[in-house]
Amino acid sequence: MKESEVQINRVDWIAVSIYFALVMIGWFNIYAVTYDSQVEKSIFDFTISSGKQLVWIGTAIGLITLIMVADYRFFENLSLIIYLIFLLILIVTPIFGKEVNGQILSIGFGEFRIQPGEFAKFATALALAKVMERPTFDLNKRNYQAIAFGVLLVPVALILLQPDPGTAMVYLSLLIMFYREGLPQWYYVLGIGAVSITLLALGVENNLYLAAIIVLVVGGLIYLGKKSWQRILAFSLIGIGLIAYIYSIDFVVSKLPPHHQNRIMVLFNPDIDPLGVGWNVTQSKIAIGSGGFFGKGYLEGTQTKFDFVPEQDTDFIFCTIGEEFGWMGSLVVIGLFVGLLYRLVIMAERQKTRFSRIYGYCVISILLFHFMINISMTVGLFPVVGIPLPFFSYGGSSLWSFTILLFIFIKLDSSRASQLGRIS
Amino acid sequence: MRDQRPAVILLVIFLLSGILLVKLFAIQVLDDSFLKRAESNAIQRIVDHPYRGLVYDRSGKLMVFNNPIFDLMVVPREFHLKDTAKFCELFRISKEQLIEGYNSAKSYSKVKPSPLIKQLSNTDFARIQDFLVDYPGLFILTRSVRSYPSPTAAHALGYIGEISAGQLGRDTLSYYSQGDYVGLSGLEKYYEKELRGNKGVKYKMVNVRGMDKGPFKEGQYDTISIAGKNLTSTIDLDLQQFGELLMAGKTGSVVAIEPKTGEILAMISAPFYDPNQLTGAEFGKTYKVLNTDNSKPLFNRPIMATYPPGSIFKIVQSLIGLQEGILTPNSTFSCNKSLVACHNHPNPVNLFGAIRNSCNPYYHQAFRQIINREVSSNTFKDTEIGLNAWRESVLKFGLGAPLGIDMSGEKGGDIPSSKLYDRIYGAGHWKYSTIYSLSIGQGEMQVTPLQMANLAAIFANKGYYYTPHLIKEVDGDPKKIPAKFQEKRFVGVDARHFDLIQEAMVEAIYGTAARAVMTDLVIAGKTGTAQNPHGEDHSVFIAFAPKDNPKIAIAVYVENAGWGGRAAASTASLMIEKYIRKTISRPELQDYVIAGNFIY
Repeated sequence: MKESEVQINRVDWIAVSIYFALVMIGWFNIYAVTYDSQVEKSIFDFTISSGKQLVWIGTAIGLITLIMVADYRFFENLSLIIYLIFLLILIVTPIFGKEVNGQILSIGFGEFRIQPGEFAKFATALALAKVMERPTFDLNKRNYQAIAFGVLLVPVALILLQPDPGTAMVYLSLLIMFYREGLPQWYYVLGIGAVSITLLALGVENNLYLAAIIVLVVGGLIYLGKKSWQRILAFSLIGIGLIAYIYSIDFVVSKLPPHHQNRIMVLFNPDIDPLGVGWNVTQSKIAIGSGGFFGKGYLEGTQTKFDFVPEQDTDFIFCTIGEEFGWMGSLVVIGLFVGLLYRLVIMAERQKTRFSRIYGYCVISILLFHFMINISMTVGLFPVVGIPLPFFSYGGSSLWSFTILLFIFIKLDSSRASQLGRIS
Repeated sequence: MRDQRPAVILLVIFLLSGILLVKLFAIQVLDDSFLKRAESNAIQRIVDHPYRGLVYDRSGKLMVFNNPIFDLMVVPREFHLKDTAKFCELFRISKEQLIEGYNSAKSYSKVKPSPLIKQLSNTDFARIQDFLVDYPGLFILTRSVRSYPSPTAAHALGYIGEISAGQLGRDTLSYYSQGDYVGLSGLEKYYEKELRGNKGVKYKMVNVRGMDKGPFKEGQYDTISIAGKNLTSTIDLDLQQFGELLMAGKTGSVVAIEPKTGEILAMISAPFYDPNQLTGAEFGKTYKVLNTDNSKPLFNRPIMATYPPGSIFKIVQSLIGLQEGILTPNSTFSCNKSLVACHNHPNPVNLFGAIRNSCNPYYHQAFRQIINREVSSNTFKDTEIGLNAWRESVLKFGLGAPLGIDMSGEKGGDIPSSKLYDRIYGAGHWKYSTIYSLSIGQGEMQVTPLQMANLAAIFANKGYYYTPHLIKEVDGDPKKIPAKFQEKRFVGVDARHFDLIQEAMVEAIYGTAARAVMTDLVIAGKTGTAQNPHGEDHSVFIAFAPKDNPKIAIAVYVENAGWGGRAAASTASLMIEKYIRKTISRPELQDYVIAGNFIY
């Protein structure tokens, strides 16, 4: 206990301040969403979501206090146990959880429900930090790669069973941490290449153009390089493989159920079905786009308040910022997120233990992914996947899990002086 | 190598955020289409149509008002029925009607209202009103149509209808929008600006389900509609209705004017129609029927039909002659039937006798003196100069050009000038013998019934008139009527010359229109017969009464009714009695006119 009192001076107040700024802006925006000039209700009214969010914020502060007064060694020592507990909860969730819209996301009793998929993020981060902390753990080596991906993919598999592909996707963001810890670059080049080609295949109407480009590029490479038959054969096979892949994507898409097809196609052309699949994105863009440079003013938005944008206090909370505060508001919010992420990178890099650094990068990866994907989705740059905007979106599970995730790192950072330096 | 990786990660963070900010800038600042779409989403512009002004008759009786009609509207998305049979019973429609109405509403829009039952009656509306709360998605839309308590004066009042594309194009102030109703004829058209009032606009916020979420920005952009101004017509409703009773089943015109003011007391165009037929949903159907009817009920005869003035014009000739000093009360000409046909009467006659007996040869000779004054030794030239000078004098009587009544479509008729004859015969090839028909109001002369009524008013006033008009007061204020109706117009003939004319007109009806004579009311009048090459002549009569202090001047045209002394004179006499005495003392004359058998 005495130790933590001393360490209060070492808390990174910049990160903490940004955290509270985001939480407060989020809270005001949740009020803006539910605000109805005809039925004036206080922001503190517990019958509306801003009042409830205040409860979640209060309890989150309680959690922060608990984390800050705990011994930093607690997280490191118990990391694998926490991980296993959450795996267990994820396993039992589909059995005991409550089904909503075909998904079983939450578990609990009565009013008190949590979404284990949200909390398993920090557990997975802790577990990864723990297994990867040894200096000998080298991500260039296959067996270590297998361990790391194993720890990552088990919860992903369990979450896909719920099924919650949006949350499962978030775990893949930890590849950013893997990158920092030395996973070979060509993995990423290949991955980004594959994603790009897939998007091109989906987005470009006529696959013949893509095939022609591939033939030209491969032909050019063969012509320019050494003309050994092995090389020519290898390049030709790669080219044929790529063309086959492009055509197979369209084939796979055509075999998907129509509403899944639409969900993909709407990304490239939101106007194909503005009243159906495209509704969310269309309305979200209208709300944000109508904000202009300075916005319509706090509580003056019409699109979000009058329910044109669905799920506006959770996944589409950013619409309220865009509409009521305009581009300046967007700039401030994005600026705060970038500032926080920048700060976290600085903090992660100053850690003395690999455990703390890996955990720090896990936090960065997860926050970056949530923040990027959520806002991209609201402006139509990414398909609609149900993931919240960290610290903003209404909901206890979301706020708590991000708070725990962030503050464990802030705790680790504040105790870095007493940690034994083990960074190679 | 590995040390660069944190920098790469930071770079990725900045790059991705930069892309987001650029995208946001593009849709928030550069592209304003989202703002428009947001407004069309959430802000409803509701036009508040003002009440169109009412029209009263000269004694304050209501002639035109706005009748509310009620449409039952349905918003398909909110409309859910549990018990169809009960609904059909309550709303008194068949199941088939309900399904048909609902389906057509749904195919129009699921979220916007469309009519389910059109034009509910007042009683149906009252009955349904209480049930409405039980049926979400249903509401009553109130509109109003023009209504006429007495089905009369259709042509004078005119009608309103949806604005045409052409009118919209000419509306440079962009006041009107598609679907607006505007006056298309009669008073409704002429006084459109006064009657329409000013539209108001309300901006209302709605949520995604179309529910009202209050005024936009506390209503700071809203404007209040201003009701149209009420008009008080110059028409005497009783007289108008009586005239229509007399003219029913005939073709022709009656125009009655208060000489002292130019106010039109009655204006009948027969055949006529019930103005209530040209309102609301009936308009399209009825208009087509009326427009293709061979008897042309939409044709506004008092201002659009033109006829030769006939014998009545002899009075104008007399007045011009007197004013020019060519005629005196003692000027005498023989009734030389070799010049032009005449009927038997004392011979020769002086001016008084010529008017009283409507002597054709008299005017043949008098008109020659008016035309050929030997200002030129060339007969042809002399005739040309004389004709044009004479024409100027005639025009002052309000003939030959539109008078400027407050109705659109008024014809001017025609008083020929030398140009016309030059065109027909060639310059220098015509002289008095070519144009002598003008002397007795025949030939190339055309006048409207309105102009003839105005002529009667001029005779009554001894030399002046006010432009005939249909509106007495705008919003209760007589000063607000157009200035041109408040201006006294002199015809250029001294009042003293009218005494003889008036006396002669009083005498004339004893000779030519005995039916019109009333023992206790002195009527001054003159018959005319407008020659009709296509069939029976048109019966014409103008009159004013009482001779001293005239209160009414009238022109009656009954087409194909032969001699002016029968149909027209009888009708005019009855109209005068009705207006001055308020009752009819000669029911047999009324029956005679209503029966309409004037050719025998």
